[in-house]
Amino acid sequence: MTWFDDPAATADRLRHVGYLADPGTATTAYLADALEKPLLVEGPAGVGKTELAKAVSRATGAELVRLQCYEGLDEARALYEWNYKKQLLRIQASGADRTWAETHDDVFTEEFLLTRPLLTAIRREQPTVLLVDEVDKTDVEVEGLLLEVLSDFQVTIPELGTVAAIRRPYVVLTSNASRELSEALKRRCLYLHLDYPDADRELEIVTQQVPDIERRVAGRLVDVIGRLRDLDLKKAPSIAESVDWARTLVALQIGTLDEVAIASTLGAVLKHSSDQERAVKELGLAP
Amino acid sequence: MSTLVARHIDFLEALRGAGLPVSLAEDLDAVAALSVLPWHDRATVRAGYAATLVKRQSQRPTFDALFDLYFPRLVGRGASPQGDDEAGDDEAGDDDADGGPVVRDDGRALRDLRERLEAALSAGDQAALADLAVEAVDRFGALPGRAPGLSSWSAYTALRRVDPTELTDRIVAALLGTGRTAPEARRAAGRRVGEFTRLAEDDARRRIAEEKGPGHVADVAVRPTIDRLDFTAARRADLEEMRREIYPLARRLATRLTQERHARRRGPLDVRRTVRASLSTGGVPLVTHHRPRRPRRTELVVLCDVSGSVASFAQFTLLLVFALREQFTKVRAFTFVDDVHEVTHHFRPGADPVDTMADLAASTAHAALWGRTSYGRALTAFAERHGDAVGPKTSLLVLGDARSNYSDLAEERLRALVGAARHAWWLNPEHPRHWDTGDSAASRYAAIVPMVECRNLAQLGEFVHDLV
Repeated sequence: MTWFDDPAATADRLRHVGYLADPGTATTAYLADALEKPLLVEGPAGVGKTELAKAVSRATGAELVRLQCYEGLDEARALYEWNYKKQLLRIQASGADRTWAETHDDVFTEEFLLTRPLLTAIRREQPTVLLVDEVDKTDVEVEGLLLEVLSDFQVTIPELGTVAAIRRPYVVLTSNASRELSEALKRRCLYLHLDYPDADRELEIVTQQVPDIERRVAGRLVDVIGRLRDLDLKKAPSIAESVDWARTLVALQIGTLDEVAIASTLGAVLKHSSDQERAVKELGLAP
Repeated sequence: MSTLVARHIDFLEALRGAGLPVSLAEDLDAVAALSVLPWHDRATVRAGYAATLVKRQSQRPTFDALFDLYFPRLVGRGASPQGDDEAGDDEAGDDDADGGPVVRDDGRALRDLRERLEAALSAGDQAALADLAVEAVDRFGALPGRAPGLSSWSAYTALRRVDPTELTDRIVAALLGTGRTAPEARRAAGRRVGEFTRLAEDDARRRIAEEKGPGHVADVAVRPTIDRLDFTAARRADLEEMRREIYPLARRLATRLTQERHARRRGPLDVRRTVRASLSTGGVPLVTHHRPRRPRRTELVVLCDVSGSVASFAQFTLLLVFALREQFTKVRAFTFVDDVHEVTHHFRPGADPVDTMADLAASTAHAALWGRTSYGRALTAFAERHGDAVGPKTSLLVLGDARSNYSDLAEERLRALVGAARHAWWLNPEHPRHWDTGDSAASRYAAIVPMVECRNLAQLGEFVHDLV
């Protein structure tokens, strides 16, 4: 695989496609490539976990295959499924003069296989980034399935035999840590905890994502966001929300982020009424 | 090369000793990672180790502390950032170190350091703080002339001389100038001073490790992760961090509970309905029918000692219980020292945890009539005034260290309450080896109520999970 040369080059290439990685993130992203190991990314919502996978795919020109996890996700949705309706049609259409063995061989072929994200990623011959999003939302059984796929990069389909990866995909798993993942899964992955960025990096991100915002306003915005994260809030503002806020300010053509402006646009950043009350009180804003 | 491998193995051993489950596979991953990484940058090496060895964010501080011990930032005094005019003094000091007393530490040096420290703290300059911490330990933390085998560096001594907390007011003033509000500035100042304290402690650890080997220091001086840290041993900064952990912990617990409930959704087999349904398939029970599970939720009554010795433990437990209040039908909470006071009304849905904590702290005043903990008097008052709160559907939870100042224990009252409740537990924040020492009546109460040791967030989380 090896797309990246070293951590610094990784950071550069990610920067080129609009993802500002700190040194730790760049090193880990590079290692995932160099060691051909899946990368498990944890951290609060909205700090750019999914975005990292997308950025890797953009930077390397690889296709992104995404498996969105949810409660009740099963093998048929994650791996593969037989297209029963089409098989039934074939059996009916082939007429009564064929033996069962012929028909059987006929209906369990590639043509009737519906590949789902995991199998798709393994079978692809072109470079691939496999994103397994919010893996903590799944049931424990799916984790077992992932173990098999991620350690050997192969899947056994009873009727077709074992499908092994022609070229290993770059795998990113994301999790909000709402459930502890199993030790076995963690052992197979590299681990990266993404957290809120420091003020300088956040300023860079905001100005890069929202080029129209004035530098001075952006600086003030990042400062306020930092102060908000210091408060005990139910949901601290994420990077995504700072960017949203910057867009809001641009759209409303607010040139100075004074207390009135903060108070009137706070809804773009804080999504709990108790959080808003707290911010108004602690930052000394006009109610 | 062999020394490098040895150090790597030692480092891994230390991590395992500190409770990180580092497997052989991860060990090999780490080696593979190091072989493809450039070695000249310490941050890269650290990131490589962290990516392969640490699989849980709560272990990160422990990992960082040990990494700093085994792969130190500086060796010896390093390139101490000191002005040219002082270079002469330092030389003299070093020369003296072999024989006579060290004179690096004088009033002028202290004043100078404190001035630079104040500037760095006001500006929040991390790099300068790290250098200043090294310098502070170097100048004021030396304990020369101690017997062999004793540590010759002390962060405590250095911090007492430099006294960064005393600078807090001036930092607050500086921060107020940048447009922060007063409570905000106070919090930020407190955090920065705490950060400096931590840096100085790290550096003292590093120096001791240089003298005595990192393994020794790793065994005695690395603090446990935040969820394993004793409530009673926690410092202010730790308490702050623990409080931030409460809501994520409650959310994780709730997720786990829903999933477990989901898995056990099917009730016992309903034989009558299954047989009845099997008639249509010729007596073969193709479909089994189950009785639906009756949702059963417990009412919870929490009786909580809020006297000084256990106050922080009580607050955590109350906060966690209330964060999980959807899991119970009804929760009532009472605090006591020697009198009982109901605090249920402080826990409004969606209330702010900071305000709640403040309200709870204020309510301590109502719970104390004479100011000395008396379990007997509190239990009597509870049984008389709020006895109706405990019924056959109630789980009763008593929180406290059972230290009752040698007063009457009112065991009969408690026995009656426990008898009236469906379940009852006593959570004790002390290590079992301290039970029954001094004025602790732990075993006398334990004879009436099952007593559970609950000293840190991890144990608390487990207990609440089992309770629900």
